[in-house]
Amino acid sequence: MNNTIYAINGPVIKIRETKDFAMREMVYVGKKHLIGEVIGVNDSFTTIQVYENTAGLKIGEEVEGTGGPMSVTLGPGIISNIFDGIARPLTDMKKTDGVFVTEGSDIPTVDPDREFDVKVIVREGDELSAGQIYAECPESPLITNRVMVPPAIKSCRVTYAAADGKYKANDTILKADVNGEEVVLTLCQKWPIRTPRPVARRIPINTPLITGQRVLDSIVPVAKGGTAAIPGGFGTGKTMTQHQIAKWCDADIIVYIGCGERGNEMTQVLEEFGELIDPKSGKHLTDRTVLIANTSNMPVAAREASIYTGITIAEYYRDMGYDIAIMADSTSRWAEALREISGRLEEMPAEEGYPAYLPSRLAEFYERAGNCNVLSGKRGSVTIIGAVSPAGSDFSEPVTQNTKRFVRCFMALDKPLAYARHYPAINWLTSYSEYIPDFAEYYEKNVGEDFLDVRQEISNILLEENKLMEIVKLIGSDVLPDDQKLVLEAAKVIRVGFLQQNAFHKDDTYVPMSKQLLMMRVILKLYHKAEEALKRGAAVADILGTGLFEKLIKMKYDIPNDKPEMFDEYSREIDDTIGALGELTA
Amino acid sequence: MNIQYAGLADVNGPLVALEGVSGVAYEEIAELHLEDGTRRLGRVVQMEGDKVILQVFEGTTGLSLDNTRTVFKGRPLEIPLSTEMLGRVFNGAGKPADGLGDVFAEKYGDINGRALNPVARNYPRNYIHTGISSIDCLMTLIRGQKLPIFSGSGLSHNKLAVQIVKQARIAEENGQDFAIVFAAMGVQNDVADYFRREFDQAGASGRVVMFLNLSNDPIIERILTPKCALTTAEYLAFEKNMHILVVMTDITSYAEALREFSSSKGEIPGRKGYPGYLYSDLAAMYERAGVIEGSSGSVTQIPILTMPNDDITHPIPDLTAYITEGQIVFDRNLDSEGVYPGLSVLLSLSRLMKDGIGEGYTRADHNDVANQLFAAYAKVQDARSLASVIGEDELSAIDKRYIAFGTEFEQRFLNQGFDENRSMDETLELAWDLLSLLPKSELDRMNAKLIEEHYRN
Repeated sequence: MNNTIYAINGPVIKIRETKDFAMREMVYVGKKHLIGEVIGVNDSFTTIQVYENTAGLKIGEEVEGTGGPMSVTLGPGIISNIFDGIARPLTDMKKTDGVFVTEGSDIPTVDPDREFDVKVIVREGDELSAGQIYAECPESPLITNRVMVPPAIKSCRVTYAAADGKYKANDTILKADVNGEEVVLTLCQKWPIRTPRPVARRIPINTPLITGQRVLDSIVPVAKGGTAAIPGGFGTGKTMTQHQIAKWCDADIIVYIGCGERGNEMTQVLEEFGELIDPKSGKHLTDRTVLIANTSNMPVAAREASIYTGITIAEYYRDMGYDIAIMADSTSRWAEALREISGRLEEMPAEEGYPAYLPSRLAEFYERAGNCNVLSGKRGSVTIIGAVSPAGSDFSEPVTQNTKRFVRCFMALDKPLAYARHYPAINWLTSYSEYIPDFAEYYEKNVGEDFLDVRQEISNILLEENKLMEIVKLIGSDVLPDDQKLVLEAAKVIRVGFLQQNAFHKDDTYVPMSKQLLMMRVILKLYHKAEEALKRGAAVADILGTGLFEKLIKMKYDIPNDKPEMFDEYSREIDDTIGALGELTA
Repeated sequence: MNIQYAGLADVNGPLVALEGVSGVAYEEIAELHLEDGTRRLGRVVQMEGDKVILQVFEGTTGLSLDNTRTVFKGRPLEIPLSTEMLGRVFNGAGKPADGLGDVFAEKYGDINGRALNPVARNYPRNYIHTGISSIDCLMTLIRGQKLPIFSGSGLSHNKLAVQIVKQARIAEENGQDFAIVFAAMGVQNDVADYFRREFDQAGASGRVVMFLNLSNDPIIERILTPKCALTTAEYLAFEKNMHILVVMTDITSYAEALREFSSSKGEIPGRKGYPGYLYSDLAAMYERAGVIEGSSGSVTQIPILTMPNDDITHPIPDLTAYITEGQIVFDRNLDSEGVYPGLSVLLSLSRLMKDGIGEGYTRADHNDVANQLFAAYAKVQDARSLASVIGEDELSAIDKRYIAFGTEFEQRFLNQGFDENRSMDETLELAWDLLSLLPKSELDRMNAKLIEEHYRN
């Protein structure tokens, strides 16, 4: 008996009285072959969510099962490409279908016609196990694709190995004997998007993801293999922060998921990343980037899937031994997609209409991050940085609160800071990173032995300022004693000169750790020297009159990243100028 | 020959149900023939077995279970499109409402539109000149952008909308291929009249296509209004290569209509009773703006919404601002002080402006001037809140300068006449006049060279 559509309501369709479908099975719906997924099975109905627009669908059209769960084909050619939420390449879709996204398009994720230079690294007779690398091919100028035995094949013996040469994605590279059965291995493999790919074991996190953004690297660092959330109301710069991290962080590969966000933003990423040169490799940023674009006007069910598609691609490259950073912008849109579908299914809503399983879905997602020894024995990591768009900018709403439980780094974007055009508008008081103690050894070896002390002192000045501002708000700053006025001035230098960073300035957009430390040191030096001068009897006005505070505020522009020796000049000037103050009266 | 279905199974608010129907497609259009000879249009919104639920655009008043015959048209809702639509007035469902007869269609367009492939978009650059200093300088409108105006009941958003429609120009062209699509949703009769009259007087009617859905018109038509307007805009922009500015007012009425429709369908409500898909629905509307490959035209949107109780965290402004590329926010205090347009500079933002201004577009110093004005005006607020506690006399000298700057900024820069059309140069020079009220050392967002060049000594 054929299975036919019985009911249609938005992206949700129902089939009556069938036992042919399994939960989470991928299906083709109707004459146009729309892609769908089974999300409910019971005696009377099978419920399917459709990943494409259902307009024009009729009752009685057929639904075909595929026999497997919603999967994505993984293979060379994914890097530098842009996909929709269910991994269809949008560039190819434009060529075949024009400027609009068409329903029922079935362009494969991996281009079957593109040739790669393949180097086969195993020989006939070799014993291989799951995840082991058997061939390599350059995928982009930056990334070499390492072709792995699919995790499902526990062990096999090679019976045929192709010679090195040019091959297409679906050409036979190996034939292998798996328990007496011959299996053909190509450059590709399939993986169900909702299942985490297996690893050998997780290993402790000990390295920060260096982003070149001062407030992140020095105040709230993210870990390679860690999780971070960037919550913020509209206009606070979530997307901008994500773009900056994607551009400059030292991960090998970036997976950027535009989930229910603006179309123009994806165009911007495409254009900017195509033009920008990675400072470390000298290659284009697109050579290490994968984009998943499911903009807000594309079907809502595919928005829900886009997060899983993105993380599956990330895990695939992690298994090759790369460090991956995922930007998920925005997880709130994904949660809303869950809510929308849940509503169509008439499920009992929990908080604010979100389904009761929201926290467990969020946890499943963030737990797919990690620093791991992968099956091939290499080390790889997946870092997840998720933007959260709280409704009404209220951080007590369910998505923000539940996300907070599952991430260890929280970069709270702040409306008042954004209104004052203080970017990145990350509030240094409400943000936190639990990773700092894990990095102690890294900082000592790679940045400077005093890094953590310097960082702590900078934080203390900011905290002190916050306390003093309560008083200033009531009675003005004129009545404060001189030493407290000095704290305010030092905090201003930290806020404006250090925490504020100009993403559009050629030097300031990316600042290496070494310069960050030098900047903090010189600010503290000025503060300490000024304190001493005060004790000798100098007036705050005289100290400010030296112009050094203003000079430090502008040092981010005045000292190029490649001239660290200029900090010595600044330091000498502080010694000479401030050191001379107060002595006459003493 | 289409099958006619006699009678209805159920009438509920704007929805009717039919039973025993087959071969109908989701979102197909149906025509309901009443006994008195009138016709109404409906659209399939839900199907289960042989039962079909239709939303009736003109409302269900007068429908009974046995006085109608229904014909399914076998196509989605389409409107006729033509360049002749310029200068015409239509109702919310896209029917002519000016007594000038039907439009001769060059083609028909499905009003639902389709999702643009993000790869096919071009990143919006270059701006639209509105002649309003605060908008042009601080929240510049970029071609292909969607930039909403958040207002409140009783504020001058309608006046501002009219002024923008009258003055909007494209920088380099002579305005030949620039046109405006104006969609009014749930506006009062006299407001609709006001728009028509003002456009006529300004001689702008010839380049405006109007879609009017009045507040006593059926709500389903209101849901269609922006879709009709945007379909027209897309046609003129992407097929006729025109630059189109779409002004839509009032999105709040639209969202309320959506809520009414959703609750009559018996859907599970999300925040404040709005349907869970409000975000997706608004996004499907706002995302129909942009610049695409293979066409020299653009669709720019200015949706206007009134924030219920002036609350910017209300779901409608909140979701809107998450989708749109910035927002222009009215400030009730400034408005009551007589500042027109009384815009809240600090809450307003144009996300795309950084790439569409400066050298080659407006003027080289534009970006720095805008940043400096924002930063300085933020300090004005600090100084004012301090002054409200300790009194203005007790303020430090620099805070007093800021207070003086703030007043001048509001009175001279924000405030401008309804007929005053300021050029970009006038606006930026005025900004420098004001910035020069502050000492040079306070201009920390720009470099010394720029200050030397423009600072008034």
